[in-house]
Amino acid sequence: MNLGPHADFIIAAYAVAALVIIGLIVWVELDNRAQRRHLKNLHAQGVTRRSGQTP
Amino acid sequence: MAFIDLANPTRFLSLAHRVHPWLMEITAALFVIGLYLTYGAPDDYQQGATVKIMFIHVPSAWLGMFGWALMSIAALGTLVWRHPLADVAAKAAAPIGAAFTFLCLVTGALWGRPMWGTYWVWDARLTSVLILFLMYLGVIALWRTVEDPSRAARAAAILTLVGAINLPIIKFSVDWWNTLHQPASVIKLGGPSIYPTILVPLLVMALAFTLLFVTLHVAAMGNEILRRRVRALMLMQAQSAPGSGE
Amino acid sequence: MSPLTALFIRDIRLAIRVGGGGGIGVLFFLIVVVLMPFAIGPELTLLARLGPAILWLGALLASLLTLDRLFAVDHEDGSLDLILMSDTPLELAVAAKAAAHWLTTGLPLVIATPLLGLFMNLDAKASAAVMLTLLVGTPALTFIGLIGAALSVALRRGGLLLAVLVLPLTVPVLIFGVAASNAAIVGPLPFGTPFTILCALMLTSLVVGIFAAAAALRQGME
Repeated sequence: MNLGPHADFIIAAYAVAALVIIGLIVWVELDNRAQRRHLKNLHAQGVTRRSGQTP
Repeated sequence: MAFIDLANPTRFLSLAHRVHPWLMEITAALFVIGLYLTYGAPDDYQQGATVKIMFIHVPSAWLGMFGWALMSIAALGTLVWRHPLADVAAKAAAPIGAAFTFLCLVTGALWGRPMWGTYWVWDARLTSVLILFLMYLGVIALWRTVEDPSRAARAAAILTLVGAINLPIIKFSVDWWNTLHQPASVIKLGGPSIYPTILVPLLVMALAFTLLFVTLHVAAMGNEILRRRVRALMLMQAQSAPGSGE
Repeated sequence: MSPLTALFIRDIRLAIRVGGGGGIGVLFFLIVVVLMPFAIGPELTLLARLGPAILWLGALLASLLTLDRLFAVDHEDGSLDLILMSDTPLELAVAAKAAAHWLTTGLPLVIATPLLGLFMNLDAKASAAVMLTLLVGTPALTFIGLIGAALSVALRRGGLLLAVLVLPLTVPVLIFGVAASNAAIVGPLPFGTPFTILCALMLTSLVVGIFAAAAALRQGME
C-alpha cells in the first residue's frame, strides 16, 4: 500500500491509536482482576456483605 | 426486564457479564470491516493518503465529546434523581473520554504537521478541545481526591455540568471563528458534504469506536461497582475489628 | 443590619485585618509582573507588546491564590456550617462573600494596574484599556473561582486541585480580556466587540458561579 510522502505520520497516528486502545483494554482488565482479588481476600477473611460483626 | 431493574448494581453486573462477550465480538468485527474500508479508501485529491488519519481523528473527537455528554447526563442522574448507577457511570466514563480526547489531539497534530506545516496552532477548535482534555483531567483528579464516593460523585457532577458549556463551543468553534481547522462537513444542515467513498469508512469506523467506548464503559462500570463493594467490606472490617471501640 | 450585610462587612474586615486579603494579592501581582522582564528580557517594545497579557496573567494568578481561603477558613472554624443552617438563602450568602472578596482582592489589583503598566512600558491609553478590562474581568474571575473554592472546601490539600479545576474555566475570560486590551492599543478590531463579550462573560459567571458554588457547598457539607 503506497501511503505517499507522509507515510510516517499516517503510521504514527495508527500506532498511537493502537497503543491508546490497547492501553484502555489492559487498564480495564487489570482493574477487574485487582478488584476480584481484593474481594476474594476479604471473603477468605470472613467479611461478607450480609455479615454482622465478625466473631 | 424493565430499564429500572438496571438500577440495581447486582443486576447490572450480571447483565454486563452476559453482554460483554457480545459487545467485544461486535466491536472487533466492526473494526475489521472499518479498517478494511480504510485500507481501500481512495486518496484525497488534496491531502493524499493522509486522509486516512481522519478515520481515527474524527471518531476520537466525536467520542471525546460523547464521553463528556454521557457524564453530563449521569451528572443529572446523580443530582436530580439520585440514581444509584449514575455515579458509577460518570466515574467510569471519565478516563475513557479523556483517552479519546488525547487520541484526537495527537492524531490531529500528526495530521496537521504534513498538511498545515505545524503540529499545533492556537485556533478555536484545537484550543477548546485542549481545554476539554484539561477538564477531563480535572474531574478525574476531583474523583480521586474526595474520599467518600457519594460526595465525590456530587462534586464531580457539578463540575461536569459547568464544563458542559464547552461542548457547543467545540462543535460550533469552526463556524463562529475563522479557524485553520476545517469547517464541519459531516454533521451540519444540508447533510454531509463528503464523498461516499470516504464517508462510509468514516461512519463505519465511528460506529466501531462507539461500540468500543460502550464495551469499555460497561466493563469499567462493573469494575467500579466491585471497587465500591471492596471499600464497603473494608470499612465493615475496620469497624468490627477488636479494639476499635465497637 | 441584615445578616447579609453583616456577613459582607465581616468578610471585608477579616480581609483587611488579617494578612490574607488585598494587600498580599497586590504584592503577589507586583512580584509576578516584576519577574516577567527577567524571564522575557528588558527590551521595551517586546514588553509593551506583552504587557496586557502579563498583567492579565498576574491578576488571574493573584485572584486564584486568594480564592483558596474564601470558604476554607470559614469551614475550619465552623462558620460555614452556621451560614448553611441560617435562614438566609445560601446563594445570597455566597454572593455577599464573593462581593467582599472582589472588593478586597480584585479591586486593589485593578487600582494597581497603572503603576504596573509603567513597568511594562504601557502608555496611558494602554494602561487605561487594561484597567477597564480588569475591572470587568476580575469579578468574572472571582465568580468562576467560587466554583472551585466551593468544590474543594472540605479537602485538606485542596489548593492545587482548586487551580486545576478553575483555570480551564477562566480561559474565555482571559482570551477576551487580553483581546479587548490589545484591540484598544493596536486595533484594528474595535475595543467594544471583545469588551462586550467580556461583560457578557462576567454576567454569566455571576449567575453560574453563585448557583454552582452554593450547590457545591451543600453537597460538600452534607
